[in-house]
Amino acid sequence: MGTDAGRSGQGSDSQGGRPSTVHLAPPLTEGVVRSLHVGDEVWLDGTVWGVRDASLIRLCDEGVRPEADLEGAVFLHTAPSVRREGERYIPVSVGTTTSMRMDRFTRECVADLGVGAIVGKGGLTADSVTHLADHGGVYLAITGGAASPETLQVEEIEEVVWEDLMPECMWKFRVRDFGPLFVSIDSHGNSTYQEVQDRAAANLKSAYARLGL
Amino acid sequence: MEGTVEKLRLGTDRMYDDLVEVAALLYKKALTDLPSDVRGAVARVRENEEGGARRRLEVMVNAIDTSDRTGIIVCQDTGICVFFVRLGTEFPINGARLTDALRQGVARATTRHDLRSSIVHPVTRENNQDNTGGGIPDVHVEFVDGSDELEVLLVPKGSGSENMSFLKMLSPADGMAGVKRFILESVVEAGPRPCPPTVVGVGLGGTADLCASLAKKAILRPVGEPHPEAEIAALEAEMLEVLNETGIGPQGLGGSTTSFAVHVEYAWTHISMNPVAVNIQCWRGERARATISTDGVVKYGY
Repeated sequence: MGTDAGRSGQGSDSQGGRPSTVHLAPPLTEGVVRSLHVGDEVWLDGTVWGVRDASLIRLCDEGVRPEADLEGAVFLHTAPSVRREGERYIPVSVGTTTSMRMDRFTRECVADLGVGAIVGKGGLTADSVTHLADHGGVYLAITGGAASPETLQVEEIEEVVWEDLMPECMWKFRVRDFGPLFVSIDSHGNSTYQEVQDRAAANLKSAYARLGL
Repeated sequence: MEGTVEKLRLGTDRMYDDLVEVAALLYKKALTDLPSDVRGAVARVRENEEGGARRRLEVMVNAIDTSDRTGIIVCQDTGICVFFVRLGTEFPINGARLTDALRQGVARATTRHDLRSSIVHPVTRENNQDNTGGGIPDVHVEFVDGSDELEVLLVPKGSGSENMSFLKMLSPADGMAGVKRFILESVVEAGPRPCPPTVVGVGLGGTADLCASLAKKAILRPVGEPHPEAEIAALEAEMLEVLNETGIGPQGLGGSTTSFAVHVEYAWTHISMNPVAVNIQCWRGERARATISTDGVVKYGY
C-alpha cells in the first residue's frame, strides 16, 4: 500500500463534496464500491480480469465457472494482443473495447459472480445501471483508444483461463497504477452517460432551431 | 526483420516484393505514429477542455507520446484495412499484382509485430490470423491522368467508429434540412461509442454505395482542412458548431468538443434521390501514406 490516504482501501467519500481520486486494490468490498460516486477518479493495483464477448458467453450463458474466486473482482472489457514466450504470454497491446456489446451480462456478473467493478468504454444501458445499484457494482470508464499506456500498466499476465477462446479468453492481469479510470456509473443509480445523452437530446432541439429546421 | 524500403526496384518482379514491404511498413506506421494534424487537434482541444474532459485528453496525449517512445500500437484495435490508391497513368505497374502485394503486406506486418488479427468470415467467424480475408483489405483505386506517381494510403479503420456508420436514402423533398437533421441525429445516436472527439465524414449524393464511400473518403482529409468549395466548407463549419453544442464531449462523458471536424464529400445524384451517409473516425484518425515516383523513390507521410 502506498502512502496517500486513498490507498487505505476505504474508497472515496465524495458525496456532496468534490470528486476524489482513490487508489484501490481488488477484491473490492461492497462498502468500497458504495463509497464511489460518479466523477471520482480511480487507480487500481493488483488483479484485473480481462473478459469479452466469448468468455462472458461461456461464463454466463453456458454457466461454466473458473476456479478463481470472483467475489469483488474487477472485470476489464478487452481482448489483448499477446506474444507467447515459452509457457508465458507477454502483453503486446492491452486496450479496452466497447462495453455495450457485453451489456446483457451485467446482471449475472454483479448478482451471481459478485463482480465489484466493470472497466470499459462507452458505458452500459439503463438496465445495467439498475443492476449495478441493486447488487453493489460500479462502472469505471477508461479512455478508449489509448492502449499504449494501458499496456505498460499491466505488469504481468498471471493466468489464462480457456485458451481455446484465444484471444477472448479470461485473462488474469496483474496491474500497477492502472488508470485513470472514471466512475461513470455508480452504485447509486447515477450514470454520466445517461446525463450526457439526456442533455444532448435537449440540446438537439436548440440545434434544430439554430439551423432553422 | 523489419526493413525500410527507400526505393522500389521498378521494372523488375522485385518491385512487387518491395511493395509488400511498403504495405507492411504502412500498417505498422499507421498504428503507432499518429498524423501530425491529429496530434495538433488533440493538443488544441486539451487546452479548451476542463475537468474530467481535460483529464481524458491528457490520457490521449500520453498515449501518443508512449507509442512514439515504445513502438507499442496506440489502440489495441488493429482495425479493418482500407487502402486508397491513386495511380498515375504514367506509372508502370500491374494493378492486380499491386493489390495482391498490399494484402501480403498486411499479413506480413500482422505476423512480424504480433498484431491481433481482427478479421473474420461474416458467417462462420473463421479467422485467418493475418488480418486478411475474402475482400479484405479493401482496395480503392483512382486513376490520375498524366501523373507519374503511385500513392498508397492505408486506413486501418477501428470497429468502434466503423460500427457507427449511417446511411439514409432521403427524398429530394427533405432537402438540405433533412440532411442536416440526419447528420446531427447520427452523431447523437453514436454518443460515446466511436471514441470522441471524432471526425465526422459525410457523403452526399451518388448512389447508396457511392454515398457511403464518399463519407469514408471524407475522413481521409487532414483534420479540419476545409472542402475547396466555399458552399461545402460553410456547411462543414455550420455542422461542426452545432455538433459541438450537443455537449457529448470527449469519450461521450461531457465536454465542449464532440468532434474535431466535419468533412463533406459529394457526387451528383438522381433527380428523385437525396442520399446522405455518415462515417465517423475516432480521435486517433490513423492513416499512413507512401508516395512513389517513377524513379522508384518512396516518400512516407500521412
